[in-house]
Amino acid sequence: MSMHDPLKPLFDVEEMEISFGPQHPATHGVLRVQIKLDGERIMEAKPIIGYLHRGTEKLFETMAFPACIPHTDRMDYVTSATNNQGFCVAMEKLLGLTIPPRAAYIRMILAELQRLASHLVWLATHAIDIGAITPFFYTFRERDAILDLFEEYCGARLTLNTMRIGGVPFELPEGWLDRCSAFIEAFPKHIEEYETLLTENRIWKKRTIGIGVIPAEEAIEMGMTGPPLRGSGVEWDIRKVFPYDRYDEIEFDIPTGKNCDTYDRYLVRMEEMRQSVRIIRQCIEKIPDGPIMAKAPKVLRAKEGMVYASVESPKGELGYFIVATEKGTTPYRCRVRPPSFVNLQALPQLVEGALVADLVAVIGTLDIVLGEIDR
Amino acid sequence: MSDEKQSPVQPAEEKTPAPKPPWEDKPVPPVHEDASSDADATALAAAIEGALLAADRFAGELTLSVPYEKIREICSFFKEEQGFKFLVDLTAIDWMDREEGRFDVVYWIHRHSDSKRIRLRTALPLEEPIDSVVPVWKTANWMEREVYDMFGIIFEGHPNLERILTWEGFNGHPLRKDFPVEGIDTGAAIYPDVYPPGGGPDAAEEGA
Repeated sequence: MSMHDPLKPLFDVEEMEISFGPQHPATHGVLRVQIKLDGERIMEAKPIIGYLHRGTEKLFETMAFPACIPHTDRMDYVTSATNNQGFCVAMEKLLGLTIPPRAAYIRMILAELQRLASHLVWLATHAIDIGAITPFFYTFRERDAILDLFEEYCGARLTLNTMRIGGVPFELPEGWLDRCSAFIEAFPKHIEEYETLLTENRIWKKRTIGIGVIPAEEAIEMGMTGPPLRGSGVEWDIRKVFPYDRYDEIEFDIPTGKNCDTYDRYLVRMEEMRQSVRIIRQCIEKIPDGPIMAKAPKVLRAKEGMVYASVESPKGELGYFIVATEKGTTPYRCRVRPPSFVNLQALPQLVEGALVADLVAVIGTLDIVLGEIDR
Repeated sequence: MSDEKQSPVQPAEEKTPAPKPPWEDKPVPPVHEDASSDADATALAAAIEGALLAADRFAGELTLSVPYEKIREICSFFKEEQGFKFLVDLTAIDWMDREEGRFDVVYWIHRHSDSKRIRLRTALPLEEPIDSVVPVWKTANWMEREVYDMFGIIFEGHPNLERILTWEGFNGHPLRKDFPVEGIDTGAAIYPDVYPPGGGPDAAEEGA
């Protein structure tokens, strides 16, 4: 029997066009994918976005620099700490501020905890999409423990608004580091729990191995960053390439995949969680005493110019491009480079010739958040 | 309190103050420097005639001003000859009444071998189209659609130049400076006679 070309119709049937989403739970928000089907095979997929567009970039232009920070929370609402961090790092670059080491360490702890929380949400939803419901209950148990830590630190669980231009607003509560440390020490055991459920699971492997393959060259061409790029074997991490805060003082590895598929991206994220644990452990050991805010002026006035600074958000490279006018107190233009937006662009390529069920797996593996895509 | 002031230790400390750590001092804002001696800037000037208008370094970031007519040629030069394989970001800035052109289209490119980043900045007059760079970097596709949607800049040679965040028939381009922050009546699709597509935000004021 000769192999069938997946892109040619098998039978002489009419192409069927289906709108997948925007109210479908497996699309992680309000993503709509217009798919053309031959039987169950996807001939063409076209993502349609914009259902959550709130004009955040326009709003930035009307607000004083510090007032922009709460709005960054609402973009990638699963990882608000790294969003805050990105904006603050960019602003500090523009103003020439150096933040005290203690503030940098607190930021790193919060950002890595947030990375764990984000990856747990990803794992839960990705697994549920594919049909494994159990991991959801385990991952959300740990995520809640992380959110409790956030709540104790800044009072909020999701939209943290926990960083300021020049440092962090609050000193750590008494005993917080011990509780954080206790959580971190217990966490690797939980990762093993999730892995027992999935890594060697035959159904899981069948649904993820060889699905959504994108070679490294192609991934770079498509501008992909974060775990989808690392899954294709590219050792790329903003924390290593352009270290911000104090990541240059911390030791950690960049996990990479080999087969460029959904399964490898899963393995990469699991390993990333272990690396985050390692980072937090070092931060707790090394955190110095001292001030938590730099001596920033009351009213922030920028010099004329433009800066771009990026951080490694759990989804990829999150960049802020800020244009300021002389003595301006608001951004003249603030562009956000959302990692999910760029990664989602590769979706049609990833699912061409795949089954509808694989589309769900690929959307899960890209780990998109529509709040960030639409802004 | 008064004892402390008179203590002999205080003046001695003032004479040899320890250097303050940078976070306790006043911030040092970055300054603009000329960067025309940069290797990639000279390479560009040598390869394409009239391609380099200015080179500026600010906060450690290299910005090359280039003419918009040659943008695709310049971009493929950077990708093929200089190894900038990764287009990080593509966006635009609206300067309203600027003389050399209302918009700046900004390309932010990356080279993996030495982790170098360059910003290409090109001034573009209103109503003037610019060459699309999708043939150079595929990732530019959605970014250019977003710039078209938000600023109304036409990219010539783009495979599918449609609105991306707003819908087809939306009236105006939200990130233009003359677009009201509070928004407009978005009845364009329902009442095309009152809100003609492409009429800009002024058209909305008449209808509202």
